[in-house]
Formats: sequence, C-alpha cells, structure tokens
Amino acid sequence: MSGPSTYTPKNGFTKWMDSRLPILRLVNDSFVDYPTPRNLNYWWTFGAILSFMLVVQIVTGVVLAMNYVPTAAMAFDSVEFIRRDVNWGRIIQSAHAVGASMFFAAVYIHIFRGIYYGSYKAPREILWILGVVIFLLMMATGFLGYVLPWGQMSFWAATVITSFFSAIPLVGDGLVQLIRGGLSIDNATLTRFYSLHYLLPFMIVGVVGLHIWALHVPGNGNPAGVEVKDKKDVLPFHPYYTMKDLFALVVFLLPFAWFMFFAPDALGHPDNYIVADSQVTPLHIVPEWYFMPFYAILRAITFNIGIPFTDIVLINSKLGGVIAMFGAIIVLFFLPWLDSSKVRSGSFRPVFKGFYLLLVISFIGLGWLGSKPADGIYVILAQGFTAYYFGYFLIILPILGKIETTRPLPNSISESVLGPSATREPAAATMQGAE
Amino acid sequence: MTADVKNEPTRRDFLYIATGAVGVVGVGSAAWPLVDQMNPSAAVQALATVEFDLSTVEQGALVLIKWNGLPIFVRHRTPDAIAEAQGTALADLKDPAPDSARVKLGQEQWLIMIANCTHLGCVPEFDTGVFRGGWDCKCHGSQYDSAGRVRSGPAPKNLVLPPYEFLSDTLVKIG
Amino acid sequence: MTGKFPLIGALALVVGLFLPASALAYKHDFDAKRQDWSFAGVFGKYDPAQLQRGFQVFLQSCAACHGARLLAFRNLSQPGGPEFTEGQIKALAAEYMILDEEVEGGERAGIPADRWPSPFANALEAKQANSGALPPDFSVIAKARALPNTFPWWIVDYFTTYQEGGPDYIYNMLVNYADAPDGVEVDAGQFYNAFTGTNLAMPPPLFDGVVEYEGGAPATVDQYARDVSAFLMWVAEPGLTDRKQLGFKVILFLLLFAGLLYLVKRRIWRQVPH
Repeated sequence: MSGPSTYTPKNGFTKWMDSRLPILRLVNDSFVDYPTPRNLNYWWTFGAILSFMLVVQIVTGVVLAMNYVPTAAMAFDSVEFIRRDVNWGRIIQSAHAVGASMFFAAVYIHIFRGIYYGSYKAPREILWILGVVIFLLMMATGFLGYVLPWGQMSFWAATVITSFFSAIPLVGDGLVQLIRGGLSIDNATLTRFYSLHYLLPFMIVGVVGLHIWALHVPGNGNPAGVEVKDKKDVLPFHPYYTMKDLFALVVFLLPFAWFMFFAPDALGHPDNYIVADSQVTPLHIVPEWYFMPFYAILRAITFNIGIPFTDIVLINSKLGGVIAMFGAIIVLFFLPWLDSSKVRSGSFRPVFKGFYLLLVISFIGLGWLGSKPADGIYVILAQGFTAYYFGYFLIILPILGKIETTRPLPNSISESVLGPSATREPAAATMQGAE
Repeated sequence: MTADVKNEPTRRDFLYIATGAVGVVGVGSAAWPLVDQMNPSAAVQALATVEFDLSTVEQGALVLIKWNGLPIFVRHRTPDAIAEAQGTALADLKDPAPDSARVKLGQEQWLIMIANCTHLGCVPEFDTGVFRGGWDCKCHGSQYDSAGRVRSGPAPKNLVLPPYEFLSDTLVKIG
Repeated sequence: MTGKFPLIGALALVVGLFLPASALAYKHDFDAKRQDWSFAGVFGKYDPAQLQRGFQVFLQSCAACHGARLLAFRNLSQPGGPEFTEGQIKALAAEYMILDEEVEGGERAGIPADRWPSPFANALEAKQANSGALPPDFSVIAKARALPNTFPWWIVDYFTTYQEGGPDYIYNMLVNYADAPDGVEVDAGQFYNAFTGTNLAMPPPLFDGVVEYEGGAPATVDQYARDVSAFLMWVAEPGLTDRKQLGFKVILFLLLFAGLLYLVKRRIWRQVPH
C-alpha cells in the first residue's frame, strides 16, 4: 500500500483477476513485498500476535455460541455443560477464557511499546487513534463476555459497571435502566450482552483493518525512530518478518497453553463458580486483572471536587471516579499532540526513559491496587499513581520535549544497524558477501 | 538464490519442509476439536441406548417413546394383525419385506419402528387410514400396513426399524 | 538484547515444567494448609480408589442435604473418575426417582444418563429443612472456594500450577470444627469452625468410624475429609486428567515447533545484518 506496487501477475488467471479485483496485488503489497524496516525488534511482533489472538477469540467464540444458552436460568449450567459434555469443550472454553487474558496481555505490551518508541507521532496519529479505539472495543467486549457465564462475579461486575452510568447528571438513572432493561441486571441484560458480545469482535476486525491500512501508508515505525530513507533500510515482509512473527507467536503460545491446560482457573475468580444471586454480594468484588489499573483509578477518586472554601460540590466523588477512569483512556487519544519532543524513539531520550519507567511502574502498581481493598494506604498509593499517570501525559510529555537534550540520532536505519562507521557501499557489499 | 544452492537440496530444504510439516500437523490438530465439538455431546451419547419396559403396553395398544430424540412406535399387535401382516403377498408390496423381517423371532407381537414417514419425516397416524392396524401419513398420504410396510403414496420405503434387542420377554433395549 | 526475551519466556516455562513443585516450595501463612493431592501439578491425576471412598463419604454424610445437579450418574463410571462399573452405576441410578414430565406419574427410576437429583424440591424447601440455611450445591463447589493468597506468592502458583485451593479449603474446614475460643458466642444451631474463624450453620458432618471403608484406608475424620475433598474436586472437573495429559503433549509440540521456527528464522536472517 505504501509506494508503488511491486506486484506483477504471472499467469493468465492472475492477470485476469488483477484487472477485476486486485486482491492478490493487495495481499502481495501488504504482506509479501511490503517493505519493512530491517531493525524491528521482538516488541514489534505483538501486532501479528494480536491479529492471531483476535482470530482465536472469534473462532472459539463462534464455536462456544453453538453450545451456550443465553438465559438467566440456563447460562451458568450451559457453560458447565460445555466444560463437561461437549466434545473438547473443556479445552475450547478454556482457550476462550484464557485467550481473553492473553489478548489483553499482548495488547498492553503493544501499547507500551508504542508509548516507548513514539509510535503515535506524526505521521502515525490516525494509526494510534485507531489503536485506542480497538482497545476500547476490546474492553467492552471483554466486559460483556465476562458477564455471560452468569456467576456471582459476572452478575456483580455487570451491576457495578452499568452503575457507572448513573453518575451522569440528569439522565444517569434512566440510562442505567435502558442499558439493563430493568432496574436490576437480569435476563434482559444477559441476552443483550450476549448479542453485543457477538457483534463487537466483528467491529474490532473492521477497525483492525483500518489500523493495518493506516500502518501501511506511512510504513512501520522502528526502534531507531528515523524514517525509511532508501531500499537498504527495508526488507520484504516475507519471509523475514513472517518467519520472525511466527516464531514469536509460537513462543507466545507456550504460556497460553500453559494456563489453558494446567491452570485454566488461575486467572479467574472462585466466586464466578457460584451462580449469580441478586440477593448476595460477594465479600470482595474484583474485576478481571486486565481492568484492574482502570478500576484502581476509579476508586482513587474518593473526594468531591467543588469550589474551595464553600460547600458547593461541582463533581462528587462518584462522578469524579468515572470521569477519571474514562479520562485515563481518553487522554491516550490526545497523546500524539501532547508529546512535544521532536525525537520519536525513547532510546534516544535519556530523561524520558526514567519517566517512562515510572509510568510502567505506576500502571502495574495501579493494577495491583485494583485487587486490594479501597482503604488506608492503598487509597493513598492509588491516588499517587493516578496523579502520576495523568501527570505523565498532561504535564511531563508536553514540557519534557522542549527541555530535554536528546542523544544524536542515526542518519538512517541501515546506519543504526551497521554502526555509524559503515558507509552505504560496504553495507551492500556485506550483504552480497553473505549471499 | 543462485543455481548452486538449488542443486543442493540439503539441510536447509529439510529444515523448511520439517517446519512446514509440523505446522500443518499443528493447525490440523487445533482445527479438529473445533469441528468435532459439533458431534453429539457426552450427554446426548449417554441416551444412545434406552431400555423400555414392555409390560406396560397392552395388546392392541401403541405407545410413542423417545430414542435419541426420535419418536419410536412400540406396537403390541393383536393375533389378527399379525396374521394379516404375515398373509400379505410380497408382490403387493412397494418395498417387499416379509413380516418376519419386521419383527424378532418369537416376539412377533412387538413391532418397534422409528415413527418418521420415509417420505419426508412426518409422524404417521395410527389406525386412521386404509389398513386396519396400520398407519396413515397425513402430510402426503402415504399408507402403511400392520407391519409398518408402505403400501401406497409417495413414501419409498417401509418404516425404518431401529436397532434393538430383547433383554427379556418384557424388557427391550433400543440402540 | 530485546531479541532474547521470548527465549527467556520459554526458559521460564521449561523451568516451571520440569522443576518439581517441591523445589519451588515456599513458606507463607497458608502453606501449612495446603495438602498433597494426587491431581495436583502437570502430571496430576485422580486416584480412583480415593474417589470411590470420597463418594462413599459424600453419599453417607453430605448427600442428604447437598445436591450435585451437574453430576450425571454416568460420570461415576467414566475413565479418569471413580471408575465404578457400568453395572454398579445402573443399579445406583435405579435407586433414585427422577422427575420426568414426559412419563406417567411425573417420575421414574433413574438411568445412568440422568443427573444427580436434588435432595430438596427447591431452595425454599431446602432452607426450611435446614433451619434457614441453604446447603450449597456441590457441582462446582471445589472451584468456588479457595485459600486466600497474597502477592507475590500467586505468581509462584502460576509455575507450580496450583489449582487445589478448593479441596484445600474443604479439607481444612471439615477437620477444624472445634470448641469456640473464649469470647466467641455460639448460638443454638451454630457450630464454631477454627479454619473459617466463624460460626457455621452446618453441624460437623464427620466423625471417626462413621463411614466404613473396605480396604485399608483409616476410618478417621482426617481421611474422610481428604477423600471427600478429592471427590468434590472430581465432581467439579471430571475431565481434569484428560486436560492435563493433552496439555503436556501440546506443550511438547509447541516447544518442538518453536525450536524449528527459531532455526528457520535464524537461517533466513543470517544473511542480513539487523
């Protein structure tokens, strides 16, 4: 998609096809001859891993839907029926549930890779924004899917998360009733969540298509953060990156299979093996681990925001928490314009590295705090990490880029690979010598 | 790639072929469970055989039971009905079968059949058609006699017999 | 440098796979409460003799109040479970009356395909018969309970594949009925349990000698509790043995495939500096 097409149809059929529906040309230019920077490291393999995980979730999901019964009376037992009686059901159900966790693990790595290497910077702002949209859709899908087994955690997660909307002034309560289809979570909620849980992944597929399109127009970023200058900077996607991605994917499948077969319940919660009961709340409600950082941000806002020295409350703590939680994702949309640095890759920004590390620590710390009771030291810590999270995006990045002294950038990707002493001619000679 | 390399189908080719083969095995093994899950589940398979107590069915009566979700006729025939079925000439039959092929030896009074018309699967009605003690499919007019053999209408075959055996004179195992 | 991390991940898994759990043994508050189970770990599988004993305990001491609606009689004879004979199961099922709207009278004798009938018609009746407390269904109870654990010990559990919090919980609860310590009041119809640290509505269900075992297993509360906990784990996941055995093959396959792909990738990339 970037640059002139290198595709030449070889036989009669492909020529015929190419003048009607140039899909083979599209595949060739996007995944075969696609010029890819030669210096991509393993952090760049998570794009392919995520595409694979999306397929895994859709395929196992479609298969589970053949056996699942989306009614309040039958949902819990039908999931157990799948585990017990459907051929391979234990494995397929486990792949889908553990797969959600692996999907999120991969997406967090992918996002933090982008933040470190400045993948959001011009000309890749749209690529980044589409990525945030995918992340939002994934979170919605993950939440909707978690409700379907209709255990206690499913039910109370649905109750708590739909209650977020009641924080909205004026229309909040009506909106919650609209979303639930009643005053409480019930059969109506379950069936609509099931419908949407089936729909959203296909919307993700659509946005992923746009995401890849928006990637292939400017081309991949890379660890050096300098743009591709000539042919020596790139390699054809196939076989170099197809094989590298495939290797990384199979390595990624190892922990996936480990959890799937040996600890399928380790990432879940025991309370979800108790049938949903609207009369009893579990002692300690926690979301799935991949929502923990945002859950901690929600709970960190324990105070009202009002006009100082008066009793006037502008934003109560409940609405404040919800705003902070959604704000933590919304802020990502503006990241391309918040970072003022001219240098793309974090590798050449010594001061940035420290702040970045603190961001990672804050995010993991928030994830840990999300599983802790919301009192005492935990709240204070969560407030500190939350403040840093927003401070990183809204204060540090805008200012740091203007004052930081960065390390000198390589002149080109091939120079960053071969070292500054190597001129271009010997580099080409080396390649031929190796052949 | 130069011609030299091509002439040497050695370790490199072997590595690529081996990896490809392992990959194909992997994809195949992962795909099979996704297909096989559509086959009958353990809960369905557990009902693949049912036992039925015949002592509850009086002479002349017909009961409908379930086997694998299919409707099954269990008919306790009267001596008249047996005699009539045995007396029918094979030449009169559309799908010729002697009565002895429709029942178990020594248990001629018990006629056990899958209750779906062999035309398009409707459940025929008992004793309302042309043949006394026979069946009449209301959907498209097929007529079955007292041994469940098709005598007229669009149905091509006699009513199908499920696999079954007598565990005792009063207990039958279907499936 | 960054190219090494998948290898490190693979290495960590290999360590988790082949290092015996005992080598990773660690001390913390809950360690003492963890029991040795035959079905723990990568190579774990149920012990049919233990499950048969556990079933006996369940039948005599639990089943009068607790149902197991997802358990089918046929499960009791399938491989990887208590492995009773099909004849035994047929006879057992026939002892129970099963509600069936399709038959005259609305009930019939059970067959192996039936699921375990509940001891009470509904939750309300169950509560009334148990002075207001609802005895939970046992279908997945072993997965709905766990020992508490703290950071960072659960990370170690990922490598040892510790998934036995349920049976550990049940075992500890069953053996720790005790006299209440000073200052704890126990109302009539309540029973103090030192493991949960609370008063339970369930009276102590097990006593030495209450279940007669054939074979050499001791007829003690400790042994009963151990056996019934194992049995309840099996009820919660009858296919556990199959899952683990398949998993071992899958991991081996992935290691082989990853190794081959690494060689392929290295060979392709050898010609280009990167």
